[in-house]
Amino acid sequence: MRRWLYDPKIRALAAQILTILAIGLFAGWIVHNTVHNLTVRGIASGFGFLHNPAGFGILQTLIDYRETDTFARVFVIGLLNTLLVAALGIVFATVLGFLVGIGRLAENALIRGLSALYVETFRNVPPLLQIFFWYFAVLRAMPSPRQSHEFLGAFFLNIRGLYVPRPIPAEGFVPTLLALGIALVSAFALSRWARRRQERTGEPFPTGRATLLLLIGLPLAARLIFGAPFTWELPQLQGFNFRGGWVLLPELVALTLALSLYTAAFIAETVRSGIQSVPRGQIEAAIALGLTPRQRLRLIVLPQAMRVIIPPLTSQYLNLTKNSSLGAAIGYPDLVGLFAGTVLNQTGQAIETIAMTMAVYLLISLSISLVMNWYNRRMALVER
Amino acid sequence: MELMEETLTRLESHKTQEVMILMEHVNKWYHDFHVLKDIDLTVMAGERIVICGPSGSGKSTLIRCINRLEAHQRGRIVVDGIELTEDVKAIDAIRREVGMVFQHFNLFPHLTVLENCTLAPIWVKKMPKKEAEALALQYLQRVRIADQAHKYPGQLSGGQQQRVAIARALCMKPKIMLFDEPTSALDPEMVKEVLDTMIELAAEGMTMLCVTHEMGFARTVADRVIFMDRGEIVEQAPPEEFFLHPKEERTRRFLGQILHH
Repeated sequence: MRRWLYDPKIRALAAQILTILAIGLFAGWIVHNTVHNLTVRGIASGFGFLHNPAGFGILQTLIDYRETDTFARVFVIGLLNTLLVAALGIVFATVLGFLVGIGRLAENALIRGLSALYVETFRNVPPLLQIFFWYFAVLRAMPSPRQSHEFLGAFFLNIRGLYVPRPIPAEGFVPTLLALGIALVSAFALSRWARRRQERTGEPFPTGRATLLLLIGLPLAARLIFGAPFTWELPQLQGFNFRGGWVLLPELVALTLALSLYTAAFIAETVRSGIQSVPRGQIEAAIALGLTPRQRLRLIVLPQAMRVIIPPLTSQYLNLTKNSSLGAAIGYPDLVGLFAGTVLNQTGQAIETIAMTMAVYLLISLSISLVMNWYNRRMALVER
Repeated sequence: MELMEETLTRLESHKTQEVMILMEHVNKWYHDFHVLKDIDLTVMAGERIVICGPSGSGKSTLIRCINRLEAHQRGRIVVDGIELTEDVKAIDAIRREVGMVFQHFNLFPHLTVLENCTLAPIWVKKMPKKEAEALALQYLQRVRIADQAHKYPGQLSGGQQQRVAIARALCMKPKIMLFDEPTSALDPEMVKEVLDTMIELAAEGMTMLCVTHEMGFARTVADRVIFMDRGEIVEQAPPEEFFLHPKEERTRRFLGQILHH
């Protein structure tokens, strides 16, 4: 008996059994308690409510929606709105973050100083406050539609949002699209051919410029032959508001701006530390071999910096996606504000809505991680 | 001290009358620290020079000025007839003539051994990839490491990595090779394989400047040994004279320290 008590294997086994038992009891208690409370309040559990009509309007819908549509459709609309703001934010934050990160290491003291100032400002102000700043202090302070700020006679900024021209496909649409497709395919083929030729003869080919020429030239030619691909529907002031065009709601603009600028500051730091992690000796070896500054950055520094940058960059993408739920505070109809907020209030199906919302964020986050891990593995170094 | 008694077979000298490197009154400061003080040095084509001296004496800085890893602030440096100025074209031309091997190898860890060697020929010399690979394999063969061509640097020992670094520099067919303490970061059992490779290179008539404390190597290979201290060239002489009859007190003290440990 005593010997059993001091046998590490038996002790480990006993600890595991006790832990599982404790977790099981706790889960059981929660389930029991919930079921009991639901029955007392007469709330039916289950996902049946998703087929009921929603009966309320939504500020921004990327797909058609009427008040008679179901809660299931509201869920999809919230999801799309979240994905829209996350995708826009990730693109802007990445571009800006890399520029500022490289800027922090610039030779030019002014660029270096401005980049540092940017990072320290945006990194150290809470994201919710930044959303409020752009929404209440900037966009809500815009004039009424009649006194809109006008740019180029086609863009109008007022308290209701940013009005931009809407493209409507015209007779040249299909030919131009085709031309763009052909340009893309031939640019791809050209870069393969240029690489082969360089391997064979050593002659470099100005692939970048040729690709640019193809991508601009072919669609332009198609446009000249077949006519414009789009006619533009301009926003026009009628009465008290604009008609036509596309409107970017102040909620969307504020949220995208705040998330991009906030996250870009973190990405800039990630990029800077990644570049600085490449040992000085690597650059010296590249200099001694006669590589130009651009070749050094592209062939030696960035490939090695990327393996340091990618894992924290992934976290930043996940943070941005999850932070987009802060849009609820200014009424942006994202998944949390719309589904876990309005729908929950209307139906009282707290468990189902929260569980669905959590599952969606988990799914989005895991997808981002999966893509980034794959990229990371491709960039990893071989050791031993 | 056994080195002194050993009768080492000296390599035949390849020194010619053609000037390869000319340094006149070269001065350099790091802020107010005077690293190089009025350096005058002429290196002939085919000449092999070993530079030694205590740490901080400016010996690494001296050879790093030759391919402009460091810029000198006063004086003149002419390499193979090209003067080193701010002119980027001149700097590029000189870097193509000068190969360098570092203390910590500095191989590119994200590229294979072969890719390390073909990188500069392809991108700097615009050589076809096939040709660059053939050339690289030929040099990897010479440093006896061709069988590792498709491994990554992280998979090799220190001695192997340093031999790859030598092959990588040779692939640019330089006229001058600079070695900055090439064996200082190696485990003792790997020093010999690297020194052997360098001795072979010397036997082929390469102009070499080598910062090292391997005095056996200096005796076998060097045409001239240079002793530096506090940014100055204190003494320079052929190895037998340098080791047996050093003129300066500072040289004697330094030799006493490194040969009697």
